[in-house]
Amino acid sequence: MSKIEEIQEEIVEEFSMFDDWMQRYEYMIELGKSLPLIDEQYKTDEYIIKGCQSKVWVHANMEEDKVVFTADSDAIITKGIIAILIRAFSHQHPQDIIDADTHFIDEIGLKEHLSPTRANGLVSMIKQLKLYAVAYRTQVN
Amino acid sequence: MTKTSTISNAPFDVETIRRDFPILNRKVNGQPLVYFDNAATGQTPQQVIDVIVDYYSRYNANIHRGVHSLSQEATDAYEQARIKIQKHFNAAQPKEIILTAGTTHGINLVANGFTHFLQQGDEVLLSAMEHHSNIVPWQMLCERTGATLKIIPMTLKGELEMDAFAKALSPKTKLVFVNHVSNALGTINPIKKIIDAAHEVGAAVLVDGAQAAPHIKADVQALDVDFYVVSAHKMCGPTGVGILYGKASWLEKLPPYQGGGEMIDQVTFEKTTYAGLPHKFEAGTPNICGGIATGAAIDYLNAIGFDTLAAYEAELLEYGTEQLSKIEGLKIYGEAAEKTAVISFNVGNLHPYDIGTLLDKMGIAVRTGHHCAQPIMDFFKIPGTVRASFAFYNTKAEIDALVQGVQRAVNMLS
Repeated sequence: MSKIEEIQEEIVEEFSMFDDWMQRYEYMIELGKSLPLIDEQYKTDEYIIKGCQSKVWVHANMEEDKVVFTADSDAIITKGIIAILIRAFSHQHPQDIIDADTHFIDEIGLKEHLSPTRANGLVSMIKQLKLYAVAYRTQVN
Repeated sequence: MTKTSTISNAPFDVETIRRDFPILNRKVNGQPLVYFDNAATGQTPQQVIDVIVDYYSRYNANIHRGVHSLSQEATDAYEQARIKIQKHFNAAQPKEIILTAGTTHGINLVANGFTHFLQQGDEVLLSAMEHHSNIVPWQMLCERTGATLKIIPMTLKGELEMDAFAKALSPKTKLVFVNHVSNALGTINPIKKIIDAAHEVGAAVLVDGAQAAPHIKADVQALDVDFYVVSAHKMCGPTGVGILYGKASWLEKLPPYQGGGEMIDQVTFEKTTYAGLPHKFEAGTPNICGGIATGAAIDYLNAIGFDTLAAYEAELLEYGTEQLSKIEGLKIYGEAAEKTAVISFNVGNLHPYDIGTLLDKMGIAVRTGHHCAQPIMDFFKIPGTVRASFAFYNTKAEIDALVQGVQRAVNMLS
């Protein structure tokens, strides 16, 4: 099992402790609040992931051979979602990020956020994280 | 079996009305649906759904060209619907009613036609509270013709600055565009004053009535408006149908918007002559069923009566404003003296998306975001709002659910 897969399992297990949607969302909001924030200098259009309603900024850099992500959003639920993604994907090898699936989003009861009509752009967030990984893979190689 | 209207001449009873709307019985995320996104699209009563089912079950056929019975029946029903629409808006003649695919389509049809009437140095005036559909086609028109787009400003309460409007008018003004009701703020604009003032300088006026049509019965002759556009789906009808009213004198002058079947008189490879109104603007097979169902939707609304539903919606607006205002930190955008039942708000610095997402989990449908009216949000310097828009089938108990829901969301997010 890859490291990302292990973290996904952990997250699924954490969320399974909650009985209802309200607790899950409260937890996600907490995760959003504890997200290590992106450096202010990266909160520009260059780093934005465009959704229709909320804004998300993501920055990536390489530390040794691993990709490190930081992010922020103007909406707290969106921030919770990107926090979960970053927990799984940050400090991982580029190839592992590229290969990772994101079944845990579905399993923790956030499936509706995966729908392309939902405006928060979760699909775009995953795509952007993977694009960074693709860019850094060439650097590693 | 088609459901007949049970509401004619009866006193307004919301519970009876609600039985006409099957969708209001469903649950969303395990909770009874509270539908407060009526400004985006209204719900459809069984009486209109029955007309749609009846059309496809009994007389689905293409119109105007067929000699067979089904085609005759469909043509009759479609043209009857046009007459119902004409009478509803008090147009002088049925040919002034063009059936389109929606408000946006109607606006584009007119904007396209005016390409031939504008030139550099001309000015067009647009209100500051338009949504994108009533901005972008005019920007494109100005790019094509070299005309200048000027904006009628608004106040912080969300009312148009009529003095600034009067000052902006000049003989250079060729067109004025304004919505009857703002989708994001609910403001009812003084369109009669705007039309009269625009006519004094010789400008034509297009009124976007999409947000007004479910609440206000517009009389296009009394208004003396040149063009009035609406969408059927906001007034209990189907999606994909719009109405463009145009004065015959204008519609005769405008060139056809699209070429195709139905809109022609004679076609040879050398030259085509065009059909008269309204067919000149109705190329191809229209949304036949949708047009017929729009007639049924207008019958439905008129059976309730616009005075009755407006009075009830005003009660909902007053109650909703009062109850929501009790939430600490809640700010309402759009406080015009004259407004329809739309409450656009934010709470403190919370993002509207967060509140909307949590309300959805509670079965409450509201709109969040910029409501396709980004300039309005820029004006208030906010990313968007939470917008609750009410219809005559909503209740005070649903407003109570919304207030509790917002409070619960605020507690979770703070």
